[in-house]
Amino acid sequence: MAQIAVRDRSAFAESRPRSTVREFFQQKSTVAFLFTLPLILLIAALVVYPAFYSIYLAMLSKRMDRFVGLANFTFLFTRETFWMVVKQSCIFAITAVIFKALIGFIVAHLVHAIPSEGQRKWRGMLLVPWVIPPALSTLAWLWLFDPSYSAFNYIIEGLGGGPIPWTGDALWARFSVILVNIWIGAPFFMIMYLAALKSVPAELYEVAAIDGASWFQKLWYITLPMMRNIIAITTLFSLIVTFANFDIVRILTAGGPIDQTHMFATWAFKLGIEGGDIPLGASISLFMVPILTIAAIFILRDINKRGERM
Amino acid sequence: MAATALSPSSSAAAQADADAGPVGGDRKWALRWAYLFLCIFAGFALMPPLYMLITGLKTSSEISAARNPWWVYHPTLANFTELLTSPVFQTFFKNSVIVAVLVVAITMLISVPAAFALSRMKFWGSGILATGVFLTYLVPETLLFIPLFKMFATFRDWTGIELINRWYVLLLLYPTLTVPFCTWIMIGYFASIPKELDEAALIDGASWTQTLMKIFVPVALPGIIAATIFAFTVAWAQFLYPLAFTTSQDQLVLSVGIATTLIRADVFNWGQIMAGALLGAAPPLIIYAFLMDYYIAGLTAGATKG
Repeated sequence: MAQIAVRDRSAFAESRPRSTVREFFQQKSTVAFLFTLPLILLIAALVVYPAFYSIYLAMLSKRMDRFVGLANFTFLFTRETFWMVVKQSCIFAITAVIFKALIGFIVAHLVHAIPSEGQRKWRGMLLVPWVIPPALSTLAWLWLFDPSYSAFNYIIEGLGGGPIPWTGDALWARFSVILVNIWIGAPFFMIMYLAALKSVPAELYEVAAIDGASWFQKLWYITLPMMRNIIAITTLFSLIVTFANFDIVRILTAGGPIDQTHMFATWAFKLGIEGGDIPLGASISLFMVPILTIAAIFILRDINKRGERM
Repeated sequence: MAATALSPSSSAAAQADADAGPVGGDRKWALRWAYLFLCIFAGFALMPPLYMLITGLKTSSEISAARNPWWVYHPTLANFTELLTSPVFQTFFKNSVIVAVLVVAITMLISVPAAFALSRMKFWGSGILATGVFLTYLVPETLLFIPLFKMFATFRDWTGIELINRWYVLLLLYPTLTVPFCTWIMIGYFASIPKELDEAALIDGASWTQTLMKIFVPVALPGIIAATIFAFTVAWAQFLYPLAFTTSQDQLVLSVGIATTLIRADVFNWGQIMAGALLGAAPPLIIYAFLMDYYIAGLTAGATKG
């Protein structure tokens, strides 16, 4: 409708002297349209269009000369690696998000518990993992996990244990990628929860203390209900980001050993960009859509609820 | 479930919270526990960057010697000076700076006017568009890189303009990550500005553009700084897009350059890789050190409306 309005007015403006042209450009709807136009173009051309284009791409043959319908998807269903990727992505996302949320929650409470003059300093240190570009910090982890020079194994061997194949063994490799993800993501939860904790009115705790509530009752009946919304939004948001993660797995294991740590994103990259099979890569990444949609719906619901309440 | 798993440490926290605690000694001990656990978590958080520094200060021979990897016996700055004088690394750095600065500029030029229009000039569909912007922010780049790759290849076939394997392709790609979020948080900041302010300006005869530039931008400056920091951090740290879209050494940005070029060398020169990673992490870390409050404001604004 904005477009129609513009067209009508421009036709109108042309038939009038120049001052009307200037007037037209000061019309509220014209200005609003011009202000949002770049945003609309960007989202339409580089987000919405490619999203739908990838559905079309997923239905082409490898050389992209033939329409094959759902053949790429049915082919994926027959591949064992595909099911492994589904399993690994779910394990990775769920485990990592739970631990990030737990650690973030604990650390937020710890920071909140100390005198407020010192909080800034601790918060600053604890957020460092989130600030370093993930690709670069994962390199440090790769070096910490190095098969022959692992600094962790040095400590473990010093304590009398055997060397751990951090990225060489499937189970350990899964543990390692999750650990790195927790390291990078937990500070985000900490910051969000800390902000939420600070917004809980102190009187509530004072009243509860007068009534003789235990720390657990305060946590269960005051802190958690007051933080419910922010916990939900942060968790869902992190679920999306973690599920679609690329950097960590790509650098730490590159999907190995024998494709056992691949996520949707890394596997799509391997087959689609490196392997040159763009339709297959597109169909793999499309499998992320259902879970992302569900998370997005819940986030939107929570944010609207939050907006109404405030 | 969450509560039981938490019990040992958060009991300390919760008790410290209780200002009306009956015994002062209890509170003191709770505080000590809190500090102890904070030290453990901070140690965990700072260990990898610290280990980057430790390794970066070592020579290759010291790294391969089977000595304590956690200690530097003969510290040297050779890795850092070698990198800083190497033309390849300088190219990575230069590409990263150009891309990040231009992406920040593009992002702010698109998102500030759009956020202004969406929060102040209610028009048909503005509510839907604002929600759409937020949804776009939730679309991960891992979903779009393959269709975008094919789109740019087709674009070259049609127009002859090569985008793939050119650093400036990133100027098209990064805004898809930065603009939605920056628009979203700017909508929030603009919404918190009292309506009387722009009404007064409009009555005094200011145009919409003047209202935006002379009133909203100065008043919402903290929000703009937070959005700028966010856009810069994202542009600096992006890994998937440059990895997929650029391959020639002279077109690479820092994140990909360090991870691919230095590792692909015949010998894994870990001292140099870690020094490079630390130098690459330095710009966001420095910004963070000086503008921590803006950084955190931007971080927490994403999940709230206004």
